[in-house]
Amino acid sequence: MSVRVLYFARMAEVAGRAQETIAAVPATAAELHALLDKAHDFGFDRGALRVAVNDKLVDWDAPLRDGDEVALIPPVSGG
Amino acid sequence: MNSPAGQPAFISAAKFDTLDLRAALVQSGAGAVVVFEGVVRDHHAGRAVVGLEYSAFEPLAQSGWLQLCDRATREHEISRVVGRHRVGALEIGDCAVWVGVAAAHRSAAFAACEWLIAAIKAELPVWKFERYADGPGAWRHEASPGGPAAAPTMQV
Repeated sequence: MSVRVLYFARMAEVAGRAQETIAAVPATAAELHALLDKAHDFGFDRGALRVAVNDKLVDWDAPLRDGDEVALIPPVSGG
Repeated sequence: MNSPAGQPAFISAAKFDTLDLRAALVQSGAGAVVVFEGVVRDHHAGRAVVGLEYSAFEPLAQSGWLQLCDRATREHEISRVVGRHRVGALEIGDCAVWVGVAAAHRSAAFAACEWLIAAIKAELPVWKFERYADGPGAWRHEASPGGPAAAPTMQV
């Protein structure tokens, strides 16, 4: 069982990668974020981030399933 | 390039032709075409900027853009919307984002175009990396989820 995590912009820079696979999958997106933030110390409060699972924005309490792709979305700066 | 849904892709790695985009807005019933072009400028917060790099999460940028178009079309009397946002390395003077709106009358076209560019900047998952003349570059992260009051919260 695993999920793929996508990082963008400064989060990718801090993590040193644009994506990684997590084999020990937590129950929810929030738990996954806590695990990853502890590992990488991204420097963003969770409240500043959004999370998408399989290309759809979800709440942090969304459950995770095997094979999910989880995108952590930092504050945006387009335009 | 088209997205899987058959809509033109909002995110573009290639330079786009703004005359082609404008041509897609022109209709016999549309008396107003309002266009906003966001152009790479040479400074930010007092620092000289030599170029930008944009990245995006394309699937969500695409679905989010289509939602913004739907909302703009529901809330304003407009007939067509076209938009593009570049990713990759851009130079000073390059067009980074282009939003065009067609309507029967100008007031709706101006209002919708202004709302759309504000919503793009506040909501869509696109990020800019600034390359500075006097030091290393940096990613900018300024908008918060929800963005300014004028912008919608993206619902998927």
